[in-house]
Amino acid sequence: MTKGFTWRISLIVAFLFISFLYLTPTLVSPLPSWWKGFLPKDKIHLGLDLQGGTHLVMEVETQKAVEGSLDLISTDLEDTLNAQNIRFKRVAKVGGDRVQLVLYDRGSADNVQKLVKKKYPDLELLPLFDEGGFVNMQLRINEKEAQVRKDKAVQQALETIRNRIDQFGVSEPIIQREGISHIVVQLPGIKDPKRAIELIGKTARLEFKLVDENVNAVTATPSSIPEDDEILVEKKTDPATGAVSETPLVVKRKAMITGDLLTDAQVRIDSQYNQPYVAIEFNSTGARLFDQVTAANVGKRFAIVLDNNIYSAPVIRERISGGSAQISGSFTEKEASDLGIVLRAGSLPAPVKIIQNVTVGPSLGQDSINKGLIAGLIGVALVVVFMTIYYKLSGLVANFGMVLNIIFLMGSLSALGATLTLPGIAAIVLLIGMSVDSNVLIFERIREELRLGKTPMASIDAGYDKAFLTIMDSHVTTLITAAVLFQFGTGPVKGFAVSLSLGIIINLFTSLLATRVVFDLFLDRVRVKRLSI
Amino acid sequence: MELISKTKIDFIGMRKISFAVSAIISIIGIIGIIQIARGAANMGIDFSGGTAMQLKFTAPITTEEARRSLAKNGVKDVDMQEIKEGNKLLIKMRKTTLATGKVADSVQDILKKEFPANPYTVESSTEIGPSIGDKLRKDTLIAVAISMLGIILYIAWRFDFKFGVGAVVATMHDVLAIFAVFFVLDKEVNLLLITAVLTIAGYSLTDTVVVFDRIRENLHKNMKESMPTVFNKSINEVLSRTIITSLTTFLAATSLFLFGGDVIHDFAFALVVGVVVGTYSSIFVASPIVALWEKAPGQIKA
Repeated sequence: MTKGFTWRISLIVAFLFISFLYLTPTLVSPLPSWWKGFLPKDKIHLGLDLQGGTHLVMEVETQKAVEGSLDLISTDLEDTLNAQNIRFKRVAKVGGDRVQLVLYDRGSADNVQKLVKKKYPDLELLPLFDEGGFVNMQLRINEKEAQVRKDKAVQQALETIRNRIDQFGVSEPIIQREGISHIVVQLPGIKDPKRAIELIGKTARLEFKLVDENVNAVTATPSSIPEDDEILVEKKTDPATGAVSETPLVVKRKAMITGDLLTDAQVRIDSQYNQPYVAIEFNSTGARLFDQVTAANVGKRFAIVLDNNIYSAPVIRERISGGSAQISGSFTEKEASDLGIVLRAGSLPAPVKIIQNVTVGPSLGQDSINKGLIAGLIGVALVVVFMTIYYKLSGLVANFGMVLNIIFLMGSLSALGATLTLPGIAAIVLLIGMSVDSNVLIFERIREELRLGKTPMASIDAGYDKAFLTIMDSHVTTLITAAVLFQFGTGPVKGFAVSLSLGIIINLFTSLLATRVVFDLFLDRVRVKRLSI
Repeated sequence: MELISKTKIDFIGMRKISFAVSAIISIIGIIGIIQIARGAANMGIDFSGGTAMQLKFTAPITTEEARRSLAKNGVKDVDMQEIKEGNKLLIKMRKTTLATGKVADSVQDILKKEFPANPYTVESSTEIGPSIGDKLRKDTLIAVAISMLGIILYIAWRFDFKFGVGAVVATMHDVLAIFAVFFVLDKEVNLLLITAVLTIAGYSLTDTVVVFDRIRENLHKNMKESMPTVFNKSINEVLSRTIITSLTTFLAATSLFLFGGDVIHDFAFALVVGVVVGTYSSIFVASPIVALWEKAPGQIKA
């Protein structure tokens, strides 16, 4: 009697072969030199909870990006009006979604209206109104346009963060957008998470602002300074004592030059004081502006401002052409190198807030792997012993099916490039118990059929046939919950769902087909009077 | 070998006791869920937002020492737990006046300063903003609802409506029982627990399906016997496989519970509880409900 042994056995052997093929990189280290070409090289991916690392979820403050673009528009309008000799009282951002222009008369208002319509067709022009003898004009960013800008800001933030991480040097980072304004960053195996978080989260808005020497910074308060000035603080850390000193400075609100005009930023060491500094290069626009500004302001101080903190405020001694400058301050070499990275990678279009930070040290991860492995081995041992005692030789067949199940599962996990997490390991251990369940159902059926006086062969046939539907039902219900867990779960839970659902599907194959073939093969060769079950 | 050979236990007859027991468990479970919804239960920081960290010290440290030193530096409302093995300290803070992203740093700085002779390594550190917790709670509710609905639909399709209801009631019972145990023991409700609960919801149906399959088969075979007799006979017939399938899974879950490490200790515990309760409910909850319904007066034969 042939029951299609050839194809069933070859299927099992083929799956075994493929599983071991994909498991080789995980089991054999280092890989032999002849292992190349199409052969798989990836180890099973370990989740951050197993290999250690940092998982960050950041929220881009997109409203700030919209406000930032409003600021840009007002500055630009101011420049344009000045260039066209149109007199105006004030141009400024008001509220979170509009720019207000205050003009002296209706005549210039008409001109400005035409100009604005041409220049900013995306903005909504609100009706003019008179207020206190002035003409008030408002430009509004509508909901849709704001959404576009927010979306662009997140996209841009993602790119910038990717750039920074690439330059920082982390192997296999994951940087992706999640939802509307969230960015997820995974840094496996990172040694200094604090430094990385600081580097990623820095807005890094670099501005060069002129110091207003007419105001005494020591006595200045926000209400006493001119409207176009602001008070910023220069922080200096004493390298010897670590004490931080803060010096307030009054600077012009308007930035003369900004960081987006940079082409390069490199860390150098000052040969005289052995202090690190960051050398920056401007592009042609930046170089021209820098040349103009320094030429016009010799003798004044020029504040170098990063995220509203003054790094240094050197005196402009002479006109600087050539488009290079340096940022010095009291920083360590690491800080200087991080500053170089953020300046090269560019600034974030809006500040980001860290809303989730999960960091796992490498020792805990290794500990979890070891404990999971021990729990798994003990679980296997318990189940194997129990099944062998309870079902004798047939129990051994079920154990064989269970071992196949685990091997196939590990093989498919690495073939699919799935990520193994600690709950994922738990799912595998749980599957050790669950995978023999199908065989228990089948064996109990077979025992029943034997009790009815059927031959071993007929009993096995009936047992497998009648248990089939029950097994399907129980697998489908577990699969439903696993699918939901996969859809909604994050990180570790997703790993659990992947292991569980793969394991359940594979279990159908091992318990229904693989164990059956052992029985069939045996009964085909040997005349059996009593089944060892 | 056979653990259970021919049994003739009157399971349906025990329904008064079993229903009472299950009702009590379910009520505790419902109270637990209400407390969770109110945020009054022992919520994990993944749901409530906050900061948690696990520090491994070089020398033993007591929670009192650590708590005192933190309080001295203005950090209060701290949950602490000592893990004897390896001088570990679990620190958890739900609400805090400090900004997200800074809590872990400041706690670690304080401990570094206060215990200079006992340096530590950070084994894990988690900070979760409140907005994430809210989103996760919402997502979890949706996940639980969808999986329950999926199971109901599947069982209703495979069996008839009464069996579907019986299976769903039993599944709900198991879910409530896990929450009840966690609530009574004041164990932490976190995402891993929800994962365990959903897994058990899927798994406990296995046993129910096994029993139901047999009841359906026997109902077709003999029409003369009374409903409770057929149900009892069916449960007794499949009793050994119901128990053995659970036993193998129980063995695996127990080894996870005993040897799997701190991180998944509670998760494994929920699985162990769920496996046991799942077996109980398929015999003592699911079947009696269907049996009662089937023999209810005014019903035409199923």
